[in-house]
Amino acid sequence: MTVTSNPVIRETPRQGISGRRTWFGRVIGEQPIGGALVAPYVVFLLAVFAYPLGFAVYISFHDYFFAAPGAIVERPFVAFDNYVAVLSDAAVRRAFGNVLVFLLINGPLTVVLSLVLANALNAAIRWRTFFRVSYYVPYVTASVAVVGVWLFLFNSDGLVNAVLGPVAPDPSWLVNSKLAMPTVAIYVTWKQLGFFILLYLAALQNVSRDLYEAAAMDGAGRFQSFWNVTVPGVRPATTLVVLLATVTGANLFTEPYLLTGGGGPDGASASPVLIMYQRGIEQGNPDVGAAIGILLVIGVLILALIERRFVGRED
Amino acid sequence: MRWRFPALLAGAFVFLFPFYYMLIGSLQAEPDPSVGGAFPAPGNLTGENYAEIDAAINLGRTLLNSGVFTGGVILGTMVFGVLAGYALARLRFRGRGLVFSLMLLIQVIPFQLLTIPLYVLVVRSYGLADSYLGMIVPFAINSTAVFVFRQYFLQLPGELFDAARIDGASELSILWRVAIPLVRPALLTGVLLTFIGPWNEFLWPFLITKNQELQPLAVALSNYLTTVSARAANPFGAVLAGACVLAAPAVGLFVVFQRQFISQGLESGLKG
Repeated sequence: MTVTSNPVIRETPRQGISGRRTWFGRVIGEQPIGGALVAPYVVFLLAVFAYPLGFAVYISFHDYFFAAPGAIVERPFVAFDNYVAVLSDAAVRRAFGNVLVFLLINGPLTVVLSLVLANALNAAIRWRTFFRVSYYVPYVTASVAVVGVWLFLFNSDGLVNAVLGPVAPDPSWLVNSKLAMPTVAIYVTWKQLGFFILLYLAALQNVSRDLYEAAAMDGAGRFQSFWNVTVPGVRPATTLVVLLATVTGANLFTEPYLLTGGGGPDGASASPVLIMYQRGIEQGNPDVGAAIGILLVIGVLILALIERRFVGRED
Repeated sequence: MRWRFPALLAGAFVFLFPFYYMLIGSLQAEPDPSVGGAFPAPGNLTGENYAEIDAAINLGRTLLNSGVFTGGVILGTMVFGVLAGYALARLRFRGRGLVFSLMLLIQVIPFQLLTIPLYVLVVRSYGLADSYLGMIVPFAINSTAVFVFRQYFLQLPGELFDAARIDGASELSILWRVAIPLVRPALLTGVLLTFIGPWNEFLWPFLITKNQELQPLAVALSNYLTTVSARAANPFGAVLAGACVLAAPAVGLFVVFQRQFISQGLESGLKG
């Protein structure tokens, strides 16, 4: 910092300045103006997150439909009817299954690739800034823009198939019911990887040099010290990466909507959010849409707990 | 160690090639998906695709819409987010811990879940469909930016604030005259990281703007991609031209200010 503080002031006991502790002061805090400064943000959080969250639960338990503003309509309580409708909808079950496929590909791939690339970047290496920038560029670019070029690349007679020649899949990547979801998963992995590389780079700074030296002393090779020092050393970051990748998977919408033309072929790459949009807004059943959303969050929470057990084992 | 540099180079190729290909594809008169098409061919270059996408979705208007949407979010974040970040870092008041916990909790709620209730509220109850306000409201204050502001304000030495208080400065003038000038890098980081959210956002503006005059570029381009492009002379060329226009501001800002972006990545990564 450019401002050096006056030594006389530094010795002043804190009580002298902000310690006028009256009864009233204790109730509202020493600097109640803080409450006023933070108030707009609190209102925002309540209006845009807390209230809609409660409202989603409310909608999902009622026979809710769109009506003209101001119209008085009856929206009776229907208990779990919407949930029953959702769970007996084959398209919804398929979408949840698709997300599991997505996560099984995207999760491990993200963890392995971002950790390996971060580890390589962490060494003193030529062109470091160039590499960091190039890995991060997809992350800052709009998915809508990048989807355009992926469509061009993975088209039936696109460049990827032209390079693969006779081994190109038929039907092609995005219109093949077995390959559509994996292709979406690989696309998302590619797009988000830069962010996770940075996360691991930060975590690698916290792994003690001494541990590597000790490992080298014990005769560990490069792979052994990576496996026995680096991997355990960044475990908290791995927990976070897996959690964030799961949330990204749960939020999947733009990619199946655009890359596979609305979750095609025949629902093979539909995601829960895509179905939520189709049922809730396109077909005008917000109650069913809200129930899908609630189930999705419950699913994410369950997955997060399972992942914590397996990845964040140390505590 | 020998494998490291070639491996990183191969990685960089995988990450950058689609962007190069986006640019090449946007300049081709005839789409050429063969291997040779990945290299610029002097006979096959044209600016026609940009004219075509501009005629279809009015680039000027949609860029303006994206700009207003993004600008509104940046303004909200820079005003209310800085105030909140400062209060959370440096002022002792009742409820501070509660607000901070709430802020962290919000980070784990998948935003898409809130799509349906927010749509009902914003579009049906408040009648804000097809308006800039309706687009901006759900994003008005970026919580990651608030977190970054708080981190920076926390790092300032406490003596500075005590000294200013002894001099009789009010809390607001301490914020304006002492704290803000010292956290300028954080403000730039805040602007940059707030920028990429609304600029790239698709689902929300897609839901609430049916009027083409108000659609941001990402929404207009995706509508072009899903409906109109089949009828265009060179659909890929036009889509890729639009994609270049959409990607250029974000990529340009990122390359120029990559240091700030990367520190943001670390910061938000550590938030847990």
